[in-house]
Amino acid sequence: MTIGLYHYVLLSGLLFALGFFGVLLRRNTLVIYMCLELMLIASTLALVAFSRFNGTMDGNVFVFFILTVAAAEVAVGLAIIVALFRQRQTVQVQDLNHLKN
Amino acid sequence: MSGFMFYILSALTLVCAVGVIVNRNAVNAAMCLLLSLVGVAGLFGLLQAYLLAVLLVLVYAGAVVALFLFIVMLLDVQGGARKPFGKVTAIAATAALALMVAGACTIAGRPEITDAQAAADAIGAPLKNYAYQLFTTYLLPVQVVGFLLLIAMLGVIVLSKRFDGLEDIK
Repeated sequence: MTIGLYHYVLLSGLLFALGFFGVLLRRNTLVIYMCLELMLIASTLALVAFSRFNGTMDGNVFVFFILTVAAAEVAVGLAIIVALFRQRQTVQVQDLNHLKN
Repeated sequence: MSGFMFYILSALTLVCAVGVIVNRNAVNAAMCLLLSLVGVAGLFGLLQAYLLAVLLVLVYAGAVVALFLFIVMLLDVQGGARKPFGKVTAIAATAALALMVAGACTIAGRPEITDAQAAADAIGAPLKNYAYQLFTTYLLPVQVVGFLLLIAMLGVIVLSKRFDGLEDIK
């Protein structure tokens, strides 16, 4: 049983789709943020798989940078969510519609 | 053996990703995210990107999920009534599912690319290759990312600290 590139690409697509459905269907901002992280991880999995089967190094280095940027992004995003919670006392997205009207 | 490990790890990853979505409790969702990340790290190991597997566990499982858990427990927000989905959400979900099925069908029709031709040179494996790439080709991005981390640190401090004297920063 050999595992090829398409297995990894299909798995990455499934993981991305699951993250996307999470972003669509959940109402809690923190869980939406976790699902965003899932989508990011799915894309890095595809990058690593392409890099491996292409025999080049660039995808792996790119994933290295993505991990760094994701760490910074999570810290800033969670700080924004905490600041939002201080202002509004909620993190449910249906209550956070003050820009709408 | 490799195929067996692939299926085990991908099942772990996908099941835990479903667990992130369906869990009502945010703490349980974060735990499922942690397990899913461990599965992805195992897949990185199967792809012979060992450094990235270790970094994923360190950065994501160690720092990011811990940060998530900390914030979830700090804010203490649980549950909330699950409202029915709007029309736009239903249309977007249906379109995404259709795209996903179309992509799977496209992939299934192609001849398989296995790692027979690439098995000899697992070029991403040695640490020396990373160091060489990071300090030659990607030297400028390394500097920019370091600066980005500094900016992020300052931004988090500004966002989370209360400045009583300054009315501008709210």
